[in-house]
Amino acid sequence: MTDHIVHTEHIDRETGKLGMWIFLFTEMFLFGGLFLVYAVMRVKYVDDFHIAAHDLNTFIGTLNTVFLLTSSMTVAMAITAIQKNERNLVLFLIAVTLLLAALFMLNKYIEWSHEFKNHIYPGSKVLKNLPHGQLLFFGLYFMMTGLHALHVFVGMILLTINLVKVKTGSVNHEYYLLLENSGLYWHLVDLIWIFLFPLLYLVT
Amino acid sequence: MKNLRSHITGYSTYAIILVFLLVLTALSVVVTGYHLGAFSVGIALLIASVKVATVISYFMHLRSENMFLKVAVSGVFILFGLVIIITFFDYLFR
Repeated sequence: MTDHIVHTEHIDRETGKLGMWIFLFTEMFLFGGLFLVYAVMRVKYVDDFHIAAHDLNTFIGTLNTVFLLTSSMTVAMAITAIQKNERNLVLFLIAVTLLLAALFMLNKYIEWSHEFKNHIYPGSKVLKNLPHGQLLFFGLYFMMTGLHALHVFVGMILLTINLVKVKTGSVNHEYYLLLENSGLYWHLVDLIWIFLFPLLYLVT
Repeated sequence: MKNLRSHITGYSTYAIILVFLLVLTALSVVVTGYHLGAFSVGIALLIASVKVATVISYFMHLRSENMFLKVAVSGVFILFGLVIIITFFDYLFR
């Protein structure tokens, strides 16, 4: 009887993770489409892309890369901690991840505020008067980093739900699929940034 | 029940992986700073690919997953690579 229950839970976990991966595939192609447009336009407007990318702050971009990579590590560690049933450590690691995510968003806010102050935002008159390639660069920049930031925000909500569920005990060392799948989602956010960072900030 | 758990990765493994990823990030910033033109884009993308492969295999535990998932994930990346190649064939040789 007990064996039977264990067996069912095991299958449930495998399928649950497979479902998450399939969802992540669709996410990869969502951003993949944007990367494809970026690649083609970059080849077409090499000089414009170089000039426009100069406007971005490489330091902030690098700092955000460090924040996201570190947060990916803390989420991965949180899964190890829950497997070892170290509940307080899980809570601490999720909290650190949330803090790093918040720092990432703060940086994004500073960065975008700077662009907006220079009247560079989708639909602005300054942007419309720029050469076509630069307009395309900024269009892609706002679309890609905006969509990415939305994913960071969703990831933060998922992590907060996990924080509460670990605290109440409904996510525990016996059943932690939610934390595993939220972790996978968070790593995807990191993966996308790994490609966005060199393409947007390091092309100058 | 415990014996059904997948392999538990140690904290130190993750710390080493993070250091490796940070070193690669620093490397890509330094390399692209030399303005090597198209060459530096290639290097930056190569480094990014190594980082992505590292995150997928260690942080996302793909190395300890079943063969089906490994093939599926590789397949998605190969498919995307083909989409890029076919698109550029169209653009460059039209």
